[in-house]
Amino acid sequence: MQAYVIRRLFLIVPTLFIASLIIFFMLRLIPGDIIDQMVGEHGAVTGLDRVAVERAMGLDVPVHIQYVRWLGVWPYTGDEGQSEFTGFLQGNLGTTLWKQIPVTRELFARWPVTFELGVLAIIIALIIAIPIGIFSAIRQDSAGDYIGRSFSILCLAVPGFWLGTMVMIFPAKWWGWSPPIILIPFTEDPLGNLGMFIIPALLMGLAMSGTTMRMTRSMMLEVLRQDYIRTAWSKGLKERLVVTRHALKNALIPVITIIGFMMPVLIGGAVIMEQIFALPGVGRLMIDAINQRDYPIVSGVMIFTATWVLMINLLVDLTYSFLDPRVQYR
Amino acid sequence: MDDTGRIIAIEVTEERKRRSLFVDVFARLVKEKPLGTFGLVIVVLLLLTGIFADFIAPYGYNKTNPAHYLAPPSGEHILGADNLGRDVFSRVIYGARISVIVGLGATAISAVIAATIGTLSGYIGGRFDIIMQRFVDGWMCFPGLVILIAAISLVGPGIWQVVVVLGILFGIGGSRIVRGAFIGIKENVFVEAAEAIGSSTGNILIRHILPNIMAPMIILFSTQVPGIIMIEASLSFLGFGIPPPFPSWGGMLSRSGRTFMEQAWWMAVWPGAALAIVVYGINMFGDALRDLLDPRLRGGLGRYSGAKARMKKRQTEEQEEVTEAEQ
Repeated sequence: MQAYVIRRLFLIVPTLFIASLIIFFMLRLIPGDIIDQMVGEHGAVTGLDRVAVERAMGLDVPVHIQYVRWLGVWPYTGDEGQSEFTGFLQGNLGTTLWKQIPVTRELFARWPVTFELGVLAIIIALIIAIPIGIFSAIRQDSAGDYIGRSFSILCLAVPGFWLGTMVMIFPAKWWGWSPPIILIPFTEDPLGNLGMFIIPALLMGLAMSGTTMRMTRSMMLEVLRQDYIRTAWSKGLKERLVVTRHALKNALIPVITIIGFMMPVLIGGAVIMEQIFALPGVGRLMIDAINQRDYPIVSGVMIFTATWVLMINLLVDLTYSFLDPRVQYR
Repeated sequence: MDDTGRIIAIEVTEERKRRSLFVDVFARLVKEKPLGTFGLVIVVLLLLTGIFADFIAPYGYNKTNPAHYLAPPSGEHILGADNLGRDVFSRVIYGARISVIVGLGATAISAVIAATIGTLSGYIGGRFDIIMQRFVDGWMCFPGLVILIAAISLVGPGIWQVVVVLGILFGIGGSRIVRGAFIGIKENVFVEAAEAIGSSTGNILIRHILPNIMAPMIILFSTQVPGIIMIEASLSFLGFGIPPPFPSWGGMLSRSGRTFMEQAWWMAVWPGAALAIVVYGINMFGDALRDLLDPRLRGGLGRYSGAKARMKKRQTEEQEEVTEAEQ
């Protein structure tokens, strides 16, 4: 088990390395660089200034040098000739180009918003999806199954951004109610904070519950055809026992993977919901940074989310061995 | 007498065998899956709307008319008009065309890429497979929408750019499933048997493996189409997809749609509703298709309910026995 965890952690290294290559070089290829934009906006950066600005931002060296510096395996040389390694490996994601503050500080200021949104959405999705999924499976092709499946596909089909927009329009039109715009910190007003997050989290949770429900249903259907279920029936067990004790336990194991798969979807949903409900999360940070060509923020956000996704996937795999005694990692 | 009966019987079985997979699945779809058939109707309607948009839409998608600025739904504009006086109904109709182009185009690209990477990775195996899969891992650990936004800002907005970028990204993700199916089939005894009788590699791939991975491929791509249509709309909504004035359903809800939505709700309602119906229909159809094609769900149908019925029967029998014994 220990050896397995260590091996998996080592496997994360090449994956993250490739991910960092992809993101770093892709962003550098985006046409229109930041200096042009700064010139456009302030009209102040010209001639000599431009060289100085590029140097200050570390954009004066070739892209591959920028990359190894960013990774932290190549030193930055300061004005006085001193050199130091500060990069991803040292836990430093660089400085934002516009505000000139550390990317990590910006990231950790925004992260709690996205994290809260994501956790709430997962909880809501599971509460909705699992009971309906089970019911749909044990009453396959009944009216209830059709309603449950229609609902799950409806959850997948109704676009989150549209539903979010509807929530913005109609309550405002009919009752003059609109979602709060300024973030209420959880520590100040827990209820107000939850009230602010619950609608976007519900919309994200609904979208996620569609897939989870389908997964639960099809896993249940598969498990219910196993021999040990037939054995359970022939022992004369009641339906409730067969379903909860024998089928559900085994059917839910793959459903756990859904949470792993869902991480990227979740972050994508968060980007949209943060945009609609004006929540200052990582998604908003990322969209704004792309529009402003603030690469350090974008690559920082992306490498951060990628690390997060990989870690969650590892955790999901490890919980497998606790849930399913047949799965043993060596 | 007997002989004719036998001949007829043989002909019937021949007839059954000769029915292609396509016809067979279609017949079973209509017979067994009412919701799937409903989904198919929506898919066909979407395709027809996309193809014949020019004949259905009463106005051009970018025909402005300042006199009808934010006109509410009426006889002239059945779904209202937008902030440039363009007919919302016509724009929704033309939006179907964009969804069809993006959905089918990107899925086709994705299918080619997924099949190529998946087959190579699954067939060659070994070190090549390991390295290839690390690259796929590298792509897949990014949130889809986020990497798409970055990729679109790289190539610039536009219909074909969106189609290609979506196709590549979905293809890389889909290659996992093709590879998994491929490896699963490769281990089968019939492949070993084909190798033993000296079939060529190409023959094994085409005759023995391809037919067996068709079902997961069809399932994969029928689930990708709605995903692609949805994510194109999300991208356009965020301003990174199809640029205006093209009427993407997602794009109609962004920018002007959001600025004017409180005065003119019809600008925001209809594109999203169209999107929801279409994604719903394709998903329903894909779902039914999966039920019909997935070999793991084939044959065993109803065993569970059968077991339950036997249970009930046995219970009543036991009860009868008990009551008899008591008597």
